[in-house]
Amino acid sequence: MIIEIGHFALILAACVALIQGTLPLMGTWRQDGQWQALAKPTALLQFALIALAYGTLTHAALIDDFSVKYIAGQSNTLLPVPYKVASVWGGHEGSLLLWVLMLSGWTVAVAVFSQRLPLPMVARVIAVLGLISAGFLLFILITSSPFERLIPAPADGRDLNPLLQDPGLVIHPPMLYMGYVGFSVAFAFAVAALLSGRMDAAWARWSRPWTVVAWMFMTTGIALGSWWAYYELGWGGWWFWDPVENASLMPWLFGTALIHALMVTDKRGGFKAWSILLAIGAFSLCLLGTFLVRSGVLTSVHAFANDPERGIFILILLALVVGISLTLFAWRAPKATLGGEIGLVSRESMLLANSVLLVVATAAVLLGTIYPLIIDALNLGKLSVGAPYFNAVFVPLMVPVIFLMVPGGIAHWREAKLQSLARDMRLPATAAIVAGAAVWLFTDRGTALTGMGIGLAVWVVVGLLVQIADRLKKPGRIAPSFWGMHLAHLGIAVVVVGITFVKGYEEERDVRMAIGDNVTIANYDFTLREVTVVDGPNYKALQAAVQVFKNGQPIEVLRPEKRKYFSSSMPMTEAAIDYGWFRDLYVAMGDPIPGDKQQWAIRVYYKPFVSWLWGGAVLMVLGGLLSVSDRRYRNTKKTLAA
Amino acid sequence: MKKFLIPLALFFVLVVFLAIGLKRDPKEIPSPLMGRVAPAFTLPTLDPNAPAFDPQQMRGQVWMLNVWATWCVACRQEHPLLVAFSKANQLPIVGLNYKEVQAQDLQQGTQPDTAQTLAIARQKSAAWLQRFGNPYAVSVFDLDGRVGINYGVYGVPETYLIDQAGVIRYKQIGVLTPEVLTEKILPLVKALNAS
Repeated sequence: MIIEIGHFALILAACVALIQGTLPLMGTWRQDGQWQALAKPTALLQFALIALAYGTLTHAALIDDFSVKYIAGQSNTLLPVPYKVASVWGGHEGSLLLWVLMLSGWTVAVAVFSQRLPLPMVARVIAVLGLISAGFLLFILITSSPFERLIPAPADGRDLNPLLQDPGLVIHPPMLYMGYVGFSVAFAFAVAALLSGRMDAAWARWSRPWTVVAWMFMTTGIALGSWWAYYELGWGGWWFWDPVENASLMPWLFGTALIHALMVTDKRGGFKAWSILLAIGAFSLCLLGTFLVRSGVLTSVHAFANDPERGIFILILLALVVGISLTLFAWRAPKATLGGEIGLVSRESMLLANSVLLVVATAAVLLGTIYPLIIDALNLGKLSVGAPYFNAVFVPLMVPVIFLMVPGGIAHWREAKLQSLARDMRLPATAAIVAGAAVWLFTDRGTALTGMGIGLAVWVVVGLLVQIADRLKKPGRIAPSFWGMHLAHLGIAVVVVGITFVKGYEEERDVRMAIGDNVTIANYDFTLREVTVVDGPNYKALQAAVQVFKNGQPIEVLRPEKRKYFSSSMPMTEAAIDYGWFRDLYVAMGDPIPGDKQQWAIRVYYKPFVSWLWGGAVLMVLGGLLSVSDRRYRNTKKTLAA
Repeated sequence: MKKFLIPLALFFVLVVFLAIGLKRDPKEIPSPLMGRVAPAFTLPTLDPNAPAFDPQQMRGQVWMLNVWATWCVACRQEHPLLVAFSKANQLPIVGLNYKEVQAQDLQQGTQPDTAQTLAIARQKSAAWLQRFGNPYAVSVFDLDGRVGINYGVYGVPETYLIDQAGVIRYKQIGVLTPEVLTEKILPLVKALNAS
């Protein structure tokens, strides 16, 4: 009964979303304040109804109501409670429900935090969000309802995919979704600006904090996903250029470009059309990502159940949302005024170059991701595009992006003097060349590439130190957003260091070991002590005890596992990792090898600086947090008057 | 105005490709064997007294090779169709039983020889065919999966259509559906028989 209430609430939510998406918009047309005022209450009501629907599904998962088909497919009586809660978003239907729940949550946030914005603007933004929400609610109700019953109810559920039974993965999808959905706010602001025909700097100022928050969630989501792949998949890899990973990377790159373009629009009134296009593009890529992931047009390691009918629905939704907004863009954007003059060498020109490079990088990733599909559609054959393409294309595009971070920060607005810019960059350039050359020439396996990686990181770090020193000399309070920007840029440098060291200096051995056998990599000795059977709540595991020695001194016992979940025939690898600031030791257990003497396949990795990858992401998120804490964003009224 | 239409145009092209892509199955990989002579093999049959089977014996007629196993759940789904189709006597269907005996079928620690494994496979599949119906003119056993590798078997079930000269004309990966049978295989059979 309770689940039917949820279903009913979701139908009501779809009706409310349609009202929220149409009446306030018509109100702005007819200049009817009362119709416009409908935006906020409908947004609140819609959120309450979706939250109710979501709550009933969570309730069904918690009480093991396997007469609900979706719960029977995702949960199991033996599943620990936190995973039961997470099982709600473990499958297609539930994750879409989470999507709309977050979308309506963001809408409520816009309604609450936009007290200072003019009513027609708020009405337009909330209406656009309402239309998107209505589209997704209809999608859920028509093609993917999680409220279907399964009669007779099975005695037990199929269990959550063992790969997903992990704390990292429990929060990874919600974070990513918060990011995906968050870009809808920037999108709604951009469309509202197009609708109003007033593409002044104000909309950019309003959407900046929203964009940064969405970007922070997205950064967290991507980093968590990568971290999860690293420790859970047991291959020691952290990025696979899988279509689903690319689907999250593309809006992130666009979002990064958008954050920087919005800054120019806000401060200098330039790039107005460009910012709007980036805002539309970032959200379109989120929708495209949803389409790629959910329709099954591409094969991926993320083996989600897919269904062509759903694919058509999302494609139509995508075509409508993006098609209409781009048409609106083509119609209205030519009227956007140009900002102040921009010199060839200026902060604006560097930021423009930066965002163009990021867009090109996104296009390259997009091309690689859908290339198999295009070739197939043209009947030219079947193929897959792998990491070599992405690395060959992506890395050369990122190098200038990272290079521009320093002059872009130092250069003045409007027009920078080349001479003084060159003088300011002398110190970072020297430091970068010395560090890069030292790594290239004097480390064991140093190459030009590792030298360049380290050189770039040093370039960024010294560059931002120069900027901070420069700023400290000047009087006046330093805004938190200043520190936020440099913290985020520091995060990029830290990630670059991580990537460079892992790629350049990692070591791995794939060996068969019997009890007492020994393997050595990079000053570390690994001895297999014993293999025991361990019982988990819903699995049985073989657990190895591997003693690690450094230069003969015992430092740690690592216990990798090979798990067999009761509900699944596929054995899962649970790697054991000794985390460190400057290196991870990673042991994964493979299959037992039959023979006279019992042996096991064991993979041992030495991963220098790998934790810096995620440490850098943490710095970026903290940087974003500092930026949005800036009071400037809250004094919108004053800036409006100015 | 024109340059502002570029994003819309690019997006339109993208949507066209995505729409075409939706109709395709990325998992459908054309067999490199399509249009080639079916690999030769000699395998024991279900009937222990019958001689071993060789595809040469089927020369001169159009026939179908269906890869299956008793452990294959999807095979149960397509099986009624095969049984019904075999009753129509359109063409002989040869069943290639793929890796019938799995590790869990054996007693822990035993390492049966080929003859014992074959006996287990015969027993298991005979019982299964009795229960679900036997559409096969001949059933053969590919115990170690070598023949499957030669044919490029991705998974079970798979179905091959082979012509009079022993050339593979069609390959279906996964469950055979009535649509595939009536729209693809039967017209092909008709054309091959006419030639």
